[in-house]
Amino acid sequence: MLRIACLVLLLLYLSVAALATERFPSPEFSQGYQFPQITTPQPRDQVLSYIDIGVLFAALALAAYLVLKKRSRRDLVVLVIFSLLYFGFYRHGCICSIGAIQNVALALWNDNYVLPVTAGAFFLLPLLFALFFGRVFCAGVCPLGMAQEVVLLRPVKVPLWLDNALGTVPYFYLGVAVLFAATESAFIICQYDPFVLFFRMGGSVGMLIFGVAMLLLATVVGRPYCRYLCPYGVLLRLLSPFAKWQVKISPEDCHACHLCADACPYGAIKPPTPEVGTVSRQEGKTRLAVLLALLPILVLAGAGLVRLGSPLLAQVHPEVRLADRLWLEEQGRVEGRTEATEAFFIHGLPNMDAYREAAAIRKRFDTGSWILGAWIGLVLGLRIICMSVRRHSQEYQADPAACMACARCYALCPVEHARVQALAGGQTPVHEHADASIDTERPQ
Amino acid sequence: MSDEPRKMTRREFLTECVRGAGLLTIGGLLGGVVSRGRAQSTVWQIDPDKCTQCEKCATACVLNPSAVKCVHEYAICGYCELCFGYLADQRPDDTEAAENQRCPTNAIRRSFVEDPYYQYVIDESKCIGCGVCVKGCQTFGNGSLILQIRHDRCINCNQCAIADVCPSDAIVRVPAAKPYLLQTKG
Repeated sequence: MLRIACLVLLLLYLSVAALATERFPSPEFSQGYQFPQITTPQPRDQVLSYIDIGVLFAALALAAYLVLKKRSRRDLVVLVIFSLLYFGFYRHGCICSIGAIQNVALALWNDNYVLPVTAGAFFLLPLLFALFFGRVFCAGVCPLGMAQEVVLLRPVKVPLWLDNALGTVPYFYLGVAVLFAATESAFIICQYDPFVLFFRMGGSVGMLIFGVAMLLLATVVGRPYCRYLCPYGVLLRLLSPFAKWQVKISPEDCHACHLCADACPYGAIKPPTPEVGTVSRQEGKTRLAVLLALLPILVLAGAGLVRLGSPLLAQVHPEVRLADRLWLEEQGRVEGRTEATEAFFIHGLPNMDAYREAAAIRKRFDTGSWILGAWIGLVLGLRIICMSVRRHSQEYQADPAACMACARCYALCPVEHARVQALAGGQTPVHEHADASIDTERPQ
Repeated sequence: MSDEPRKMTRREFLTECVRGAGLLTIGGLLGGVVSRGRAQSTVWQIDPDKCTQCEKCATACVLNPSAVKCVHEYAICGYCELCFGYLADQRPDDTEAAENQRCPTNAIRRSFVEDPYYQYVIDESKCIGCGVCVKGCQTFGNGSLILQIRHDRCINCNQCAIADVCPSDAIVRVPAAKPYLLQTKG
């Protein structure tokens, strides 16, 4: 019955559509009039997007070399500016690795979307590099990071408690962004990208205020977006502790002079741990056991709580909002139509279609919100556990998870200084300082 | 390299393991992407069948003026003298004076072809993509005017800002190799 009704409706619709194009027959011109050509300017060539991937790879490799091998902040700044100009202003900040998370999520959970090669490469390459060299993507490639890097004037230390609390936000942001992308609701990372409107030279007033506020904040707080919002940073943060080559501040024995920790604008340098802890081993063990037992409870509680909020989350999807509004209109509980319901009526489909589609989307949100809740619970639990686990370190170390590999600390390390001096005074002029000094001292 | 075999610490071993697992995951993802067939890049386009000419295309685009422009498919056009894509509903008379025109920016140029036919050409440099003329043509005419995203202007944002606000979900991803959704082939 329903099928027949649909068929009749389809036929009706087709006949109306056909009528629309036959209202006035195309004239038969007598004087050999030719239709003007319809121009169809083509989009950016595919080859150029392969070049983008090549540039990304080269920039990542160069960043790794400059940070880990050459240990030169000055050279890295050149790369920072290049990346800002290329990936930011020339490519308009699109596609970026951060936004590519959503394309990957969409492709993973929707068979009808095929992940473009560029999006896939931008998502995977920085992660691959993180597994070997740490967060070199953050160091000199990411246009969002670079925008904040160049405005940093006088960084203040963020209190540890605040840093820890805000540091949890990116994990939630990542979870929510993946949920919305996987359900085809919205690409919130792109919608709330604070700097993309500077790259495009245009955007809404709200985003301009957000962007300017972020840039102002970035003058005194080192990279606020990267540390307290960036969802891609979460993935890099999880992978970079396992990097094969990591940032090592002092080339030899650390003097524990604290200079590097003062210089780090991102609070990523952890001081040596005292020999004797504040809590006894037994106490620590008990605490860890309690926290580990708490973890499943947190995961379940999170899953349950977010699942309760699933209907609210589903409202982000335009189809769900449309169906809700249609229902209210059908019941006569609201007056008038919105633009969306108006558009729906123009197409003349039965309300039932919208309801059915919205129900399917809601179901996906129900599943998704379980997972999101469990993720939030897991993140909270694991972060508390990580905070209570004692580290062992005799020297100042860059926390590989938080270190943006900006190379600022090297220049301040007295041990590094001695190394560079030795290189400069030595026989083999391998460092740029050495080259410069020889050039100036050479008699003409 | 020293000759005696150095024992790997537990931490180092675990790190190696996790890195291996990470590489495998990335490799798996890469394989998944490749195996999904030719991963073609996509661009945004307006589906004329879904478009309701809500005028949001003119303002929601991140570009100003918008990347959306009116496109005239001449093969469908009736070449009417009394064109409702061109002439406003309320107008003093039927001349080509600005106050008679529907287009807010006078972006449609009319020229006489032969009695009684007139040709209408969109001046893209003036068109703001509001779709007011498209609505007139769709309602009273043959529907030869449609809105399309022009790819010499569109910067192909990962998420189209117009798609975010489009009430009829008319902005869709299309293969970059076939970037226009015209009603006629050509």
